[in-house]
Amino acid sequence: MITKEEVEHIGWLSRISLTEEEAVKYATELSSVLDYFNQLDEVDTSGVDPTYHVADLMNVFREDEVSPSLPQEEVLRNAAEKKEGYIKGPRIM
Amino acid sequence: MPETIKQVKEKIANSSAEDVISSYLEKIRRSSINGFIYVAENALDQAKAIDSGNNGGALAGVPIAIKDNISTIGMPTTCGSKILQGYVPPYDAHVIERLKAEGAIILGKVNMDEFAMGTSTETSYYGPTLNPWDTERVPGGSSGGSAAVVAAGEAPVSLGSDTGGSVRCPAAFCGVVGLKPTYGGVSRYGLVSYANSLEQIGPLANSVEDIATLMDVIGTYDHRDSTCVNRDINYRSSLEDDVSGMKIGIPKEYFGEGIDEKVEEKVWDAIGKFEELGATYTEISLPNTKYALAAYYIIAMSEASSNLARFDGTRYGPRSEGENWHMMASKTRHECFGAEVQRRILLGTYALSAGYHDKYYLKALKVRTLVKEDFDRAFSDVDVMMAPTMPSPAFKLGEKMEDPLSLYLSDVNTVPVNLSGVPSISVPCGLADGLPVGLQIIGKHFDEAGILKAAYTFEKNTHHHMNTAGEVI
Repeated sequence: MITKEEVEHIGWLSRISLTEEEAVKYATELSSVLDYFNQLDEVDTSGVDPTYHVADLMNVFREDEVSPSLPQEEVLRNAAEKKEGYIKGPRIM
Repeated sequence: MPETIKQVKEKIANSSAEDVISSYLEKIRRSSINGFIYVAENALDQAKAIDSGNNGGALAGVPIAIKDNISTIGMPTTCGSKILQGYVPPYDAHVIERLKAEGAIILGKVNMDEFAMGTSTETSYYGPTLNPWDTERVPGGSSGGSAAVVAAGEAPVSLGSDTGGSVRCPAAFCGVVGLKPTYGGVSRYGLVSYANSLEQIGPLANSVEDIATLMDVIGTYDHRDSTCVNRDINYRSSLEDDVSGMKIGIPKEYFGEGIDEKVEEKVWDAIGKFEELGATYTEISLPNTKYALAAYYIIAMSEASSNLARFDGTRYGPRSEGENWHMMASKTRHECFGAEVQRRILLGTYALSAGYHDKYYLKALKVRTLVKEDFDRAFSDVDVMMAPTMPSPAFKLGEKMEDPLSLYLSDVNTVPVNLSGVPSISVPCGLADGLPVGLQIIGKHFDEAGILKAAYTFEKNTHHHMNTAGEVI
């Protein structure tokens, strides 16, 4: 149903590094869940609109007004590494 | 013995908030159910402030336990995950602001399945919470801590969150009352998102009256959640002991195969009681129920894969070493997310990925429409629906940990409610082999009044809520 290679690929997309052993285990577990999901194939949904959410609301607008926000030190307090008011991360490339 | 808000307030009037809070802290200290994962260091100071001040709030001095995915300023908020170890939110959730404004005392944070993904509270990084009725059994989940501490008398009331049954399931397994409000009824501002189109914060308590009291406090409009609906509802005014003329629908798909016979028997006894009290019932059909579970899990996992992308070792939580950002994030997420969270993120990513989006995600959203239409149609003929909350009483620890699908199947009667957004309450309706059974009462959109009235009347005319677990030392 879903192969070890596919699990490794979605692991890459999901930013979760997996060991070979885990990829094999997840392939089995996820396959049985996907099998169960496949029962939706038998439902006729032609002409049915998707429901993204159930709140009876469209856009919610407000005035674009400046209001107080959290102080910088509070926002940075939980970051693993910071420097000169920024959150520091490893290089991207 | 578990207490109601009224009983707590009487005790405060006769002694002090400080005495009352001290006695709750003592119960928490000697407890062995692992319900609390953080106890507020300042709870006694909060109580002293209530004693010396003149807070006339609806909850002045009343202690409350908070599920650990609801942001509390200055108190850790871990979502039961290693990935938020050490995280202390710089702001309060809307519901916490409201509780504090009414004088409630935040006792601490309670255990949950990691990121609310589970039905047993066994996936928490902080270990499982035990069911106070039988410590070899699970308390239900994902708000297992919220239900267990109320059942064990470690807090009179609590808040949980319900994405696919996560308030109602543990309420049923622990023999307390739990409400999933209408989607949009309570602000999600400060609730750590798992599946944002499905979840709501909901109260748990030892009485229906306390549920209404808490809803009056937390259910106020908040512009910071753009799906919060601005309505003026007085929940307490629906507490009437009267169901005469009430039309009850019994969805046939919520009974029968897969539902424990003893659970069904208790639920039918309850329906008989309503009939005796002047209500009538008819069998109805929600034909797309059998597809609701698959649609629910596809949507929940897809939303989770997006919502949990923020946990990458950058802004909060532990960080693993990696030669670049991708490796750092991938290692952090591998080391700090538990297996069930990883499974759901992987499946959600798969369901949204190129080539599978229409087959899984879009298809699930269309099935969601059909499930919602089932409810709309059925509610044109009945006022409320009744069914078992859970297909069985609390199962044993470890029993369903090895097979994810068997665990998902236990949410069969609760997830359709989240797909359609309607409100639902679970109330105790008796014991099966010494374990609590929950009666689920489902209402129309924003008709919490209808289900609260039914639940209140049931409680006033039965003794089931008197069955309590009590302390486990």
